[in-house]
Amino acid sequence: MEALDGNAIAGTLFEYFATEMTTAPGTCAHCGTRSQIAELAVYARAPGAVVRCRHCGSVVIVLVTIRNQLHVDWSAFPMEETSGH
Amino acid sequence: MARAAIPGRLTWQLGRVVELVDETPRCKSLVIELPEWRGHRAGQHVDVRLTAEDGYQAERSYSIASSPGDAQLVLTVERLEDGEVSPYLTDELRPGDELELRGPIGGYFVWEPSQGGPLLLIAGGSGVVPFRAMLRRWTAGERDVPARLLYSSRTLQEVIYRTELERLAEEGAEVNLTLTRQWPADWQGHRGRVDRALLAEVTWPPQQRPLVYVCGPTAFVETVAEALVKAGHEPGRIKTERFGPTGS
Repeated sequence: MEALDGNAIAGTLFEYFATEMTTAPGTCAHCGTRSQIAELAVYARAPGAVVRCRHCGSVVIVLVTIRNQLHVDWSAFPMEETSGH
Repeated sequence: MARAAIPGRLTWQLGRVVELVDETPRCKSLVIELPEWRGHRAGQHVDVRLTAEDGYQAERSYSIASSPGDAQLVLTVERLEDGEVSPYLTDELRPGDELELRGPIGGYFVWEPSQGGPLLLIAGGSGVVPFRAMLRRWTAGERDVPARLLYSSRTLQEVIYRTELERLAEEGAEVNLTLTRQWPADWQGHRGRVDRALLAEVTWPPQQRPLVYVCGPTAFVETVAEALVKAGHEPGRIKTERFGPTGS
């Protein structure tokens, strides 16, 4: 399956963080590469999505919906403060 | 009853389809009226949600084809043969029907005149949709930076917005078409896929620091972006948006 990019999960992330997130910069906890969310590789396959660093391929964000509740684990992609939140 | 959207929140709302426009055999534009629309930026998209009678829901993202200044929201949808959402939108939807959507969404793949240029837009297939919005925005502004489109399509019949692209060209946008599979005998445009040679011919040199947007299927976007970086364009001035079927 070909990877999309962070633009594909913009709506879901907006829902979770209550702000636009595709331009939010963060750092891959595995290799230290800094990117904006739109630049990450997204494997969107229901019922969730796996987001990988384009540099090292490690999973940095996981989104999953359980019983209509969206869960986002972004512990491997610490984000800098952005103006939106 | 219309409910007021809370600022900063992304809420689902019902739009009404007022018109359907055949763009190509596989693409239609949906003209939509919305009760609440706080405006958008060229390049943004919306999420469309369909709900089946049994409650099953499917969601997909579609780029906005209309300019921020246009009176109505326009989405252009390409029918994917095994798609869950697009065949309904292109084949079943009728004027007067309601459609659930939320947006505008996205802040990365957007262009506003304040970002400058030269503005270089490179599209594969229906990746041209957000560029219609950007070029409309460009023609509505001061046009103090040049704008150039390179659009790759398999055949001439599959070129979306043909008439509009001619109009945009008359207004000063540079429109370059390349056909990759078939072309008419008298075809004056480019032939073949977007490669290093075509990019060198059509794009501004890296020294002019064009602001580049690339949109299309994943393989197209990655080939083009990689070729641009190899040619010396700054990665930080190349913005990409990949699309493709989602789900299994």
